[in-house]
Amino acid sequence: MATLAEPREATSDEAFREEVRAFLADHFPPELKGKGNALASVEGPTKEGPAEKAWREAMGSRGWGTPTWPKEYGGGGLSKAQTRILQEEMAKAGAWNPIGGMGVMMFGPTLLEYGSEEQKHEHIPPICRGEIRWCQGYSEPNAGSDLANLQTFAEDKGDHYVVNGQKTWTSGGQWADKCFAIVRTDRSDKHHGISFMLIDMDAPGVEVRPIQMISGMSPFCETFFTDVKVPKKNLVGQEGQGWTIGKRLLQHERTNISGGGAAARMMGANLSDLAKKYLELGDDGRIADAVMRDRIADFEIRWQAFLLTAKRAVEESKAAGGVSEISSVLKKLGTKLTQERSELTIEIMGLQGLGWEGDGFSESELGGVRAWLFGKATTIYGGSTEIQNNIIAKRVLGMLDHQ
Amino acid sequence: MAILNEEQEMLRDMAREWATNESPVAAFRKVRNEKPAEGYSTDAFATMAQMGWTGIVIPEEFGGSDFGWMSAGLVVEELGKTLTASPLVATTLAASVIVLGGSDEQKSMWLPKLASGEVVGTLAIDEGPRHGGKVTATVSSGKLTGTKAFVHEAHGATLFVVAAADGLYLVEKGEGVTMSDRKLTDQRSHAEVTFDGAAAERLADGGDDLLDKVLDRARILTSAEMLGMANQVFDVTLDYLKQRVQFNQVLASFQALQHRMADLFADLAMMRSAVESGLEALDGGYGIPRAACVAKAEANRALHAMSREGIQLHGGIGMTDEYDVGFYLKRARVLEASWGSSTYLKDRFANLAGY
Repeated sequence: MATLAEPREATSDEAFREEVRAFLADHFPPELKGKGNALASVEGPTKEGPAEKAWREAMGSRGWGTPTWPKEYGGGGLSKAQTRILQEEMAKAGAWNPIGGMGVMMFGPTLLEYGSEEQKHEHIPPICRGEIRWCQGYSEPNAGSDLANLQTFAEDKGDHYVVNGQKTWTSGGQWADKCFAIVRTDRSDKHHGISFMLIDMDAPGVEVRPIQMISGMSPFCETFFTDVKVPKKNLVGQEGQGWTIGKRLLQHERTNISGGGAAARMMGANLSDLAKKYLELGDDGRIADAVMRDRIADFEIRWQAFLLTAKRAVEESKAAGGVSEISSVLKKLGTKLTQERSELTIEIMGLQGLGWEGDGFSESELGGVRAWLFGKATTIYGGSTEIQNNIIAKRVLGMLDHQ
Repeated sequence: MAILNEEQEMLRDMAREWATNESPVAAFRKVRNEKPAEGYSTDAFATMAQMGWTGIVIPEEFGGSDFGWMSAGLVVEELGKTLTASPLVATTLAASVIVLGGSDEQKSMWLPKLASGEVVGTLAIDEGPRHGGKVTATVSSGKLTGTKAFVHEAHGATLFVVAAADGLYLVEKGEGVTMSDRKLTDQRSHAEVTFDGAAAERLADGGDDLLDKVLDRARILTSAEMLGMANQVFDVTLDYLKQRVQFNQVLASFQALQHRMADLFADLAMMRSAVESGLEALDGGYGIPRAACVAKAEANRALHAMSREGIQLHGGIGMTDEYDVGFYLKRARVLEASWGSSTYLKDRFANLAGY
């Protein structure tokens, strides 16, 4: 039986590859090659032309933007092997995934785990089609690292809740359609008094104010809730289960941030190529500044070790079934190294790497400065490095609570 | 942890059980105190050979198991945890040179004996205290002349793989080979070996980069030993922090210490990824030079930090000979300096990457 099954599997993989190629040939507009709006989740509203829209709809209707999610909720229902084939073929064609954002990275996986059938059928398909943008209602002015100190309150009014309070650092809040939020339903119990609920951003009483950051960008907002009505069907899990669900979502968030995330993508060029462009070279083609050369190699070796660690975590989590507490290690390492890389880039470029505006700077130089500044957020949001250290020490290493 | 096959899991479990029960740090302590001529317990090494560990990278036709480098690394890692004094790394590397560059005759002559443990081999490459200096040893009419510094496991070895200006040679212990002790802080076997017209046979079949290939293997297998050491220091230190009480609370409850352990834990994760990727590269036969740089550079960095913090976090008790943690510090520095210091490896990495 096994001998029969193997070639059949191979044949179907080959057939799938053909299917993907045909799909890409029919639907991927060549003018979008290599464009990809990797920053869609933080940069702003997707500036979608007709070609982008058609491409999103084509991918969305197949569920291939969320390839491994179940078909019954609009996902691709693909195996890991098929997903790899899809990614390979897309890369070959210069195609990119138009479906993204927090719905895909964080909320969707969490709802698939904790949501009711009704909630999954309502919320997952629009995510798969890239129609709905989600934002995260977590932090508050007095609940940053001490997230469980959140005070936004949802009062039980029978068939609905009435929510009052303030969230902050709401990434992309000004462009989002819906918000997954953790709110207090019981003031007597810090952790078990928290519930996870879904709030429409256009509901009466929701007000959003963008915050201008040191990078000059406004990717985050303050979000105010004044007597906002939230139907009971928007409660995910049980009342009081919000901290458990909310933490699970954070594991997904960390995994996403650790890859370097937006900042790494904005950095662009390879560090050593950049160095060869901006620094003096010796006759042998080496970077003449031996100290700088050593520091670049030092960084590149550690970056390599980090990428290998991220790869290893994926392989190992396959066995363990999903994201794990190693996500704290990856988040801590990935964000630190990405910042280090950014600092090194600026140092390599000298003052040319600190341009704010004007024709004297290339687009990538200006982008590098914004990325360097924006990147400072990565060790703060999604649970600061200090919080990750607490998680590693207590949950992974079994060291006792310091409080 | 890399995804292992069943064979590898069994081998690792066997090595772990043996090292824990038969070769704990107390066994190293005994070797240190009793000072056997070879620098290790020959009985223990004979047992290791019987278990097949000396033949892991040797093809089956020459008496080995050909289990591969990942397997060799797993055993070496376990032995590193307990600081087992043995020439396993040295003799495995010597065997690998013959596999790569020996003639059929040389393979038939030496590999079965290396696999069985009857012959112990070692590398004699560097001529100074820092790796990567000029090789000046010369050979004329099959006689090799030169002096090699700090040869690992020289006292138990009967076969030397010697680097000369024009390639690698096999030299048997005997006429024209003399050695003088160079006792290092790790209390293991190191000696300056002088070859004065010693009979030498060239390893002619390995190509021009045979020496580089051997050094890459040395870097990767050494980093596996360092991985075991770093993990053990981490575990022992963590246990200590959970037991030691000051100010009426265990040290593990202090956040300043928790965060340092979290940093070290992350370092260990990167070190393991780098070392395993080096072993995988050897088994897969691709990207070896870069993988070797990454493996040993990360091993150097992480073990250096771990061995320092291990002492500091133990406090005064860590400074005593009675506690094991100091042994790891001393062995760590010897291995860091062997086959490439961090600066050497970074220079090599940059050269390989073309900058």
